[in-house]
Formats: sequence, structure tokens, C-alpha cells
Amino acid sequence: MLLALGANPLEGYQALLEGAFGDVDALADTALKSMPLLLVGIGICIAFRASVINIGGEGQMIAGAIVSTLVALNCGELPRLVLVPLVLAGGLAGGAIWGAIPGALKAYSGVNEILSTIMLNIVAVQLMNFLLRDLIMDPYEKEHGRLPQTQRLSENSDLPLLPGGTRLHIGVLVAVGMAVLAYVLLWRTSLGYRLRAVGHSNAASRYAGMPVKRTIVAALTLSGAMCGLAGAILVFGSESHRFVTDGSSVGFTGSAGFNGIVTALFGGLHPLWTIPSSFFFGGLQFGANAMQRAVQVPAALVVALNGLVVIFVVSSDRLRRAVSESWGQGRAIGRERVAGRSGGTALAEPQEMDCDL
Amino acid sequence: MSEFFTVASLVFVVGSGIRLATPFLLAGLGETIGQRSGVLNLGVDGVMLLGAFGAYWTILETRNPVAGILVGIAVGLVMGLVYGVITVSLRAEQGISGIGIFLFGLGISDLLFQKKVGTPIPIRGFGDLHIPLLADIPKVGEMFFQHSVLVYIAFLLVPVVAFLLNRTTFGLNVRAVGENPAAADSLGVSVVRVRYTTVLLANGLAGLAGAVLAAELGIFQQNLTNGQGFIAIALVYFGAWRPMGVMAGALLFGMVSATVLQWKTLGLVSGAASSLTAMAPAVLTILALVVISRTVGQPAALTRPFDRGH
Repeated sequence: MLLALGANPLEGYQALLEGAFGDVDALADTALKSMPLLLVGIGICIAFRASVINIGGEGQMIAGAIVSTLVALNCGELPRLVLVPLVLAGGLAGGAIWGAIPGALKAYSGVNEILSTIMLNIVAVQLMNFLLRDLIMDPYEKEHGRLPQTQRLSENSDLPLLPGGTRLHIGVLVAVGMAVLAYVLLWRTSLGYRLRAVGHSNAASRYAGMPVKRTIVAALTLSGAMCGLAGAILVFGSESHRFVTDGSSVGFTGSAGFNGIVTALFGGLHPLWTIPSSFFFGGLQFGANAMQRAVQVPAALVVALNGLVVIFVVSSDRLRRAVSESWGQGRAIGRERVAGRSGGTALAEPQEMDCDL
Repeated sequence: MSEFFTVASLVFVVGSGIRLATPFLLAGLGETIGQRSGVLNLGVDGVMLLGAFGAYWTILETRNPVAGILVGIAVGLVMGLVYGVITVSLRAEQGISGIGIFLFGLGISDLLFQKKVGTPIPIRGFGDLHIPLLADIPKVGEMFFQHSVLVYIAFLLVPVVAFLLNRTTFGLNVRAVGENPAAADSLGVSVVRVRYTTVLLANGLAGLAGAVLAAELGIFQQNLTNGQGFIAIALVYFGAWRPMGVMAGALLFGMVSATVLQWKTLGLVSGAASSLTAMAPAVLTILALVVISRTVGQPAALTRPFDRGH
């Protein structure tokens, strides 16, 4: 791909790798870049396992950022030991609300969650733009510069830095912790079992007496909560310690709401595998800037690459099955038959999914 | 508010509402055809971006708007072929592969733009075509008959697509494949061929929608569509999978957007509050989806890959 753009691919990839993983600072920045991808990816794992397609990561991140910012603005006096967990909880809550809406609409009104989450993305962006230009705008900016952002949020809400002299903060640890929690949730609790059962077969779960509707709402709520947490960490772990908008969702999220889908799929929809997967894609994103400087290939290449990864991962699963089927393996065909009935079960068994770039 | 309810202002809103509705309409019509055959294409936005860049770059280089539009359609058809292989032949999960197509289109169009053009240079698209006599009717002419030729083509496609879907053998096959592919297959209809055709048509129209957007705006930039493709998909649900319904939805969306723009121009809403009004179309769509999904059913085989062996 680099060749087609008239650049030396070796030089390009070298710059990319060095930029992303070259020294301690680069590694730290890559980890910071991976954090939102990981959290959104965990959320996607939970939703997709229940066969619920959550494309609302962007909106849920923004919702989480809004609620956590409101918490920090109103409770700025609280000690740090209380306020930091509180703003993170605010992020979880904001995202959860923004996820619960499409969840309830899907479960009780049959509204396609793909569409409602996309629409809620638009609503969240405009809500953010409105709030940052009006109600929670920095009073100084309101008088002078008119930059749409909040004031410097309370110092007690700054995420503590990790020792080592880098810019790493506890947000990264929180994200990894959430991956473990999500793993436990999905495979060690009855709610997780229900989520996966509903994902496998909606009808069978209903016959088994499971509350299918509530499970769907739970899937989107939990998924949204993870994204909301990512939004909160973005605000309170930022350099400026403000919530800033440039009018678009990309400006705030860096498209993590979409790219998290890529990392989750690449991680085989397994929360723990999503950790290395998002570290890899975070490095790709961060290193792309170095590559842009070195061989003048725009960093947009990475976005396109992400798209290709999604396409390959999704089709390769089927490709593999199609191949094994043509060899006449009865078990594979039996599995395929079940998959065909319940529809959309490419999601249901990606555990052994593998993919080469 | 009285400034808004003047004849000149309302004429402007209707006129620009129709213009704004055009890309939604084209992409929505394509998506309708695809979905009636059971294929959901979430990548519309990405295809629109690629079509828009293809058209923009062609017009920039050749100064020929017709060539630009054709390139936009061609780009869409190529993407349609890719999407057909992924979803029809490889039977991949449609919702997710569509997101892949979206990200791919978003990245590649931005990449090529930065590499080949760099700074946005305005291009000349089609001028406004004044329909003789009709355009001279005061007010009415200004609203309906002074648009670019692309706008007329888009609206003429509505009855064409409706006819295609409801009154031809091909349309019958499309609907059969979308409702019950196994039954259609047993009657000798090739599900694969029908779905490839509809996916090609859908993506060709998405490419055209992007080309129209670029030609009308006379500019390209990163993420030019700003999610219009996703809204077009919602409009298909909004219009209950009927071309006329999609047109109604696209017009409503265009009018609401034009109204918001006009309010902003007239200073009726502050900059901050205009964000709130900009939510209106999205909120409206969600409400419409709630009503629609209670009353009309989607094509039964939508998003279901078809596998002949089973």
C-alpha cells in the first residue's frame, strides 16, 4: 500500500515502529492512545457477544465525558481520593445511559440498534457542542477567546500519574482492569452466560426462560458504560485537563468509538485478547504520525487499514468455514446450519478467529 | 420569528431543502434496492466519500462535470463488487463488514485527497438548469425549477426505482430474495445473481450521491459527507422500504436542515443553541423508527446471508 503511494515502505514502517514503540516515552504514549480503543473494544466484546451491534461508541464516549465533567464542575472541592473515582463513575453512568436508550428501544420497540446508536451519536455531538459553548463553557473563554471548552477542571479530579516519569496515568490501569472484569463477567457469571446465550440464539434462550429483553438492555448498557469510561478518562487524563470540542466527534474521540470495533474484532471478541490488540492499533495510530513526517504518507492510511482489517477478519471467519465445509467435515456443516438459522452468528463463535494482516 | 415567515425566506428554505435532500435521496434509493433483496450496506458513507473524491478529482483535472459524475458512479460500482464478494459470496456479517467499508472509504478518500490535491481548490459543477416556462413562475419556479440537472435526475429516479421494484420481474425476484431466499432459490431464481445486481445498483447510487455532493458543493475535504450516508440508511427504515417513503424522508430531512440553516443566518438562534436545533433531524428519525418498527416489518431476510447447501 505504501508502495502504491510512492514511498519507501521499509523506511515508512521503520518510522512507524520507532515512533510507536521506539523508547519509553513512545511506549507510554502508545499505551495512552490504546486506552480508549481498549475500553471501547471491551464494550464491543460485551455487545457483540450478545449479538447486539453497538455503533454508538462515539456518542457514549461523549455522554460519559459530559456527565463526568458535570460531576467535576459541581463537586470540585472533594478530596482527590473521592473525586477521581467519582468522575470515573460519572463516565460509566453517562455512557450507560447513552447505551441503555438504544438497548431499551431495541428490546421493547424493535428499533434496530445500529440505526438508533448512529442517531444518538449525532445527538451526543450536538449536545456536547451546545454545553461547551453555553452552560459549561469556561467563563474566561465566554468573554474573550470563545474557544468551546470548559475551565481547567478541579485539580482534585486529575488522574494520578504512574511512577516512571512518563505521561502514563492510572486510566491505563483502569482500562486493563476492566478487561479482566469483563472476562470474568462474560465467562464466570450468570449474566455473562445469558449474554452469550442470547447472542447464540435468541429463540432458544427465550424457551429456556431467560429474560431476553432485559439481557439485551444489559448488553448495551454495559457496552455504553465502557465507552463512557473511556470518554471520562480522555477528559481527566488530558494534558489540558479541560473538556474541549472542535465541533465534531472525531475531534474529541479520535474515532475511538469506531476503531474500538476493529480492536475487538482483531482480539477475537475476547476482552483479554483485546488488550494486545488495542496496544497494536494504538501503536499504529501513534506511529502513523511519525511515518507521515518521515515519508510524507498521510496518517489517514491507518484509518483505511483499520477498515481493511475489519473486512478481512469478518470475511476470513466465513472463508475458513467455507473451506472446511468443502472438505466435507460433517461437524463444520452442522455448526454452519445452526449459525444460518439464528442469523448474525458470525459473532457467536469467533473464539478461534485468526487473521493475518 | 417573523423574519422567518416571510415569502422570500420560505421560498429559500424549500429550494435549498430540495437541494440538500438530493444526496440523501440517491443514497437512500440505492440502499432501498439493496435492503429489499436482504442486503444491508452500512458502508454507504464510505462509498459516498470515495465517489465524492473520485468526482471531485476528475472535475478538477478535466473540468468536465459529466466525467466526474461517471467516475463517481464507477467508483461506487467497484466498491459494490467488493461488498458483493464479502457479503454475498463469503457471507460475512453485513453490519460489521459495512463498518469496515466505511472506515476504508473514510481513510482512502482522505489519504488520496491529501496526497493528490492537498489544499481544497473549488471546482465548478453543473450550473442551475432553468426549466423553460416553469422556472419563470414566480416563487414556485424559484423553489422547484431552478436546480442543477442532478437534482431533477435524483427525483426522476424515485418513480423509476418504484417501477423497477414493484412492476418488473426483476423487482419481484428482488423482493422474493429479500423475504425468503430459500423459496426464491427453489423456484429457480439465482439468489447470488440478484443480490450481486442489487448490491451493485446500491453502491453505484451511493457513489453517485457522493459525486453529486462534491459537484454541488464544489469542494472536497476530509469526511465531506459528515455521516450523511448513515442518515440515508435510517431514511430507508423511515420510508418503510418504499421509494416514495424514502423521498418523503429525504425531503423532510432536507427541509429541517435548511430551516436550521436559515434560522442561523437570520440570527434567530444563537450559535450555541443552533447545536440544539441541529439535533432535531436525528431525534425525529429515532421517533420515526419507533413508530415504523411497530407498524411495518422489514424484509424478512435482511442481513441474513444465504447459503444454498442448507
